Amino acid sequence: MAKVVFPDHLLQQTGGTKETTVEATNFRGVLRALEKLWPGIEETLQKTAVAIDGQIYQDAWLEPVRPDSEIYFMQRIEGG
Amino acid sequence: MAEAHDYKAIGTRPVRPDGVDKVTGRANFGADLNLPNMLHGKMLRSPHAHARIKRVDVSQALAMDGVYAACAGGDFPTNERTTDLAKNCMARDKALYHGHAVAAVAARTPYIAERALDLIEVEYEPLAPVLDVDEAMADGAILVNENLHTNGDASKPASNVAAIVKFERGDVEQGFAEADVVVEVDCRVPTAHQGYIEPHACTATINEEGEATVWCCTQGHFDVRSLTANVLGKSVGEIKVIPSEIGGGFGGKTIIYLEPIAVKLSEMSGRPVKMVMTREEVFRATGPTSATHCRAKVGAKRDGKITAASAWLAYEAGAFAGAPVGPGCMSILAPYDLEHFSIEGHDVLVNKPKVAAYRAPGAPQAMHAMESAIDDLARELGMDPIDLRLKNSADEGTQAPYGPVFPAIGFRKCLEATKAHPNYTKPKAEGTGRGVAAGFWFNIGMQSSAEARLSEDGTVTVVEGNPDIGGSRASMCLMAAETLGVPYDRVRTHVGDTESTGFCNVTGGSRTTFATGLAVVQACEDIIAQCKQRAAATWDIDVEQVDWADGQAIPKPGVNVDANPLSLRDIAKNAGRTGGPILGRASVNAQGAGASFSVNFADVKVDRETGKIDVLSFTGIQDAGTAIHPAYVEGQMQGGAVQGLGWALNEEYIYDENGVMENAGFLDYRVPVASDMPMIDTQIIEVPNPSHPYGVRGVGETPIVAPLAATSNAARDALGFRIADLPLSPPRVLEAIDNQADA
Repeated sequence: MAKVVFPDHLLQQTGGTKETTVEATNFRGVLRALEKLWPGIEETLQKTAVAIDGQIYQDAWLEPVRPDSEIYFMQRIEGG
Repeated sequence: MAEAHDYKAIGTRPVRPDGVDKVTGRANFGADLNLPNMLHGKMLRSPHAHARIKRVDVSQALAMDGVYAACAGGDFPTNERTTDLAKNCMARDKALYHGHAVAAVAARTPYIAERALDLIEVEYEPLAPVLDVDEAMADGAILVNENLHTNGDASKPASNVAAIVKFERGDVEQGFAEADVVVEVDCRVPTAHQGYIEPHACTATINEEGEATVWCCTQGHFDVRSLTANVLGKSVGEIKVIPSEIGGGFGGKTIIYLEPIAVKLSEMSGRPVKMVMTREEVFRATGPTSATHCRAKVGAKRDGKITAASAWLAYEAGAFAGAPVGPGCMSILAPYDLEHFSIEGHDVLVNKPKVAAYRAPGAPQAMHAMESAIDDLARELGMDPIDLRLKNSADEGTQAPYGPVFPAIGFRKCLEATKAHPNYTKPKAEGTGRGVAAGFWFNIGMQSSAEARLSEDGTVTVVEGNPDIGGSRASMCLMAAETLGVPYDRVRTHVGDTESTGFCNVTGGSRTTFATGLAVVQACEDIIAQCKQRAAATWDIDVEQVDWADGQAIPKPGVNVDANPLSLRDIAKNAGRTGGPILGRASVNAQGAGASFSVNFADVKVDRETGKIDVLSFTGIQDAGTAIHPAYVEGQMQGGAVQGLGWALNEEYIYDENGVMENAGFLDYRVPVASDMPMIDTQIIEVPNPSHPYGVRGVGETPIVAPLAATSNAARDALGFRIADLPLSPPRVLEAIDNQADA
């Protein structure tokens, strides 16, 4: 089961859950699993960036997720 | 991947291909295009910082001889899905800052257009403005947007605080309780402009089928296309955007202001319309970066080990949500390996122009606060500021404050290089101060496309979609030359418009050399693959038996064939005989941008009679990954340093009590000039990014992050006390010296 960690400002949508585990083989699967847990959260998470095993992605539907992966949601980074 | 010392093209310093045109005035910038029957558009802007718009009547302006079109908010699609961007381009029911566009005209000459603006009637109901981040966050504050709720929570009262973001780890109270020394800094950093020399400009035309063409100066013409389509309610396919050369952007040209208005005026008039902002309009109506109020606190053991850190950040967003406070929160502690911390950031609306990106958006202000606190901590501990940072440095494997674990990073190498640098080891001159600070930026990847076209004489034309701001044409040529194994002068790079090349995100986020470079490398590898196939067919062997080396196809060792190597030129010459033109292409959503760290230090002298601070020397040391074109990496480091020094020493938006900017011009908004600056010394640290074939990180943003705190810390060293707020302008410094004397 991959570990998913939310930043504190998203805890309102997870009912206070900061960390959870999901079963998925890619990031799209992670989003679907989280949507089942907290309906409506996928829309919010689509607007964030995500770090999967230390690698930061802005759009990562097809990125593989391993059973021991660590997934951190974070603000999208833009830049000047 | 080859080792850096094996590269033939990468790491060299050829003259940029666009350089001669730019220094001779031949290059075309945003305002340079003229079309037959072209009109000139001008914008009417709100004289109030906050007002309801009760009525706009353009009829008298339209009746004026020489005026061909006029529009206001009612001429643009408006519904519940209308974006803030659309409302920023043209106000609807409220003017939200002084200078907010409320109507526009197109006329035969700029002079007629200006006069026509005087004939537009606007009935306002002036409202009190809210102009300061603390005032905006106070209970009972005037609301910029009565429908805005913090983090979208409509169960709470409306607020100017659009969002609160938090990052926490461990037990910060416990961490501070364990500390032997705790220091705190409370500081304000003013609004600063990117200071690009070229004002925003565009020309637009639209035909009877509704197909629009826009020429403009921008950091990203694909984004101009989608954003313009959004404001006008058109499809992306109906708009073509052609980028001009760009006279600076630094983040300020990643969004749009004029383009949809020019298209609308063209649609109304049936003629092309050019719109060019004045410098005053640039200051009053385009996005600078956020003014901020930040508090930073850090505690440590006597040996320098940091036990806890906390930060509270409040960023002005301007009239619409979206201050870069998130990146500020995520960068503020990035250089350090910490067990306990908490960071809270606030995105706050005020009646000022909506902020835009500015080089490493949000990081300079946040890190100014924390790096000032780290400096004070070093003083309290009696430690060298580099040693304190080395004691707590983030390394490969450190969990970043925003979550992920860092791969290979170069912060420690930057610190070690600083400690050994002759500018740091030499004693500071008497009466001067020295300050050190760390910088950080994430860098990003995102989407890029590139084509590499092999011409019949073996030259290569690269076509990609990122406007060249900092020498990216040269960098693309170098990576293409390196990949193909041909000389640099056999490659040309062309920036294509939205119809002649594949999608590219903006030139920004320090992404272009990394992400578009990756696409260019892959497009060239596509050419190589095709050339190997042509060679195999020519030699009547299997393609698996062909190698590519030094710009030519050769049979692999042991392959029994009587064949001379075929160069790129040979294969190109016979391309028609072997299958037709050779075209390589690639599209990527580049992942794995490598974070870039820096250390800056400055020596300053304070004139205690005038309050003027002179920067005597400034040194920037930065992990850039592999430097594709070292001179342009150094140029980015120097440019960022100068912008940071300007922000630290003089630059600020000054508003009166009605929200009217009082220094909307370069005479009064004082950016550094050459005579203000010492030579900026640079040292590039090259820790290759493992996610790029040549180890590219990103360069352009990190250099502006540390100069604010480095200058502030140097001034602290020279003065013997800290002035927490910026800029350290002569009046502020003089007042602080007087207050200190009185105390």
